[in-house]
Amino acid sequence: MMEPGLYHLLFISAALFFIGVFGFFSRRNLVTMLMSIELILNSVNLNFIAFNKYLWPNKMDGLFFAIFIIAIAAAEAAVAIAIIINLYRSHGSIDVEQAEELKN
Amino acid sequence: MSGSTIIFFMLAALTLFSAVMAVTTRQIFRAAIFLLFTLIGVAGLFFWMQYEFIAAVQIVVYVGGITVLIIFSIFLTQQAGELLPKQKSSRLLFSALAAFCGFALVMLQVSQHSFSATGAPSIEPTVANIGYKMLGVNEGGYALPFEVVSILLLAALIGCIVIAMRSKPATT
Repeated sequence: MMEPGLYHLLFISAALFFIGVFGFFSRRNLVTMLMSIELILNSVNLNFIAFNKYLWPNKMDGLFFAIFIIAIAAAEAAVAIAIIINLYRSHGSIDVEQAEELKN
Repeated sequence: MSGSTIIFFMLAALTLFSAVMAVTTRQIFRAAIFLLFTLIGVAGLFFWMQYEFIAAVQIVVYVGGITVLIIFSIFLTQQAGELLPKQKSSRLLFSALAAFCGFALVMLQVSQHSFSATGAPSIEPTVANIGYKMLGVNEGGYALPFEVVSILLLAALIGCIVIAMRSKPATT
């Protein structure tokens, strides 16, 4: 068995990304779509940290990109949930098929 | 096979299995709990790579913050015990196909590319080093993005309040 290294982490990261893409395509509920987006953002973080550790250990840029991505993901989740709750109030459903009009 | 390897593969299995369950289960609350385990698995991988600070941030922000937010929004918007509607099988098939083709393409590219590491001496990602770099205004410091992210968080805070505020009934 090989010692786990960069390629294993890239495999996990790519698998996580495309699991998130699958969820984003196949789900029609806004909360589950938001969960898929969180998976995608997390896979990107994993990729940045893996490259930082294995290829450029003399810099910390990957780590800072990951920190800023986490901050932006938190802001994005908060705004998305505010929008979802507002949509539920006005339409009574958070299915994207039933949210055809933006204003009612 | 060393203990480190075993821990790595256990974390990888936990992460990928929970991720698959999170996007395929039809009970939305279970999907949120599986998402929680995925995020914990990724935090474990950060610990495994000895980036303790980012693992702690991941646990605090994602596991403690975003998942709780998602669970609250599920409570506010779903009827208890209701399953998600079944999707058309053609849509499931095509999204699985698209995801698999993308994954195969990426893994093909990665396996054909040989990465070369720099031989420069490494910097330990300790909290002190991260702090000096994050608020540094010299070459390669991150003080400006730090401030920009602060403004972004403030804007998101105000935006959330404005969006979720119940609009007043029109007073005549």
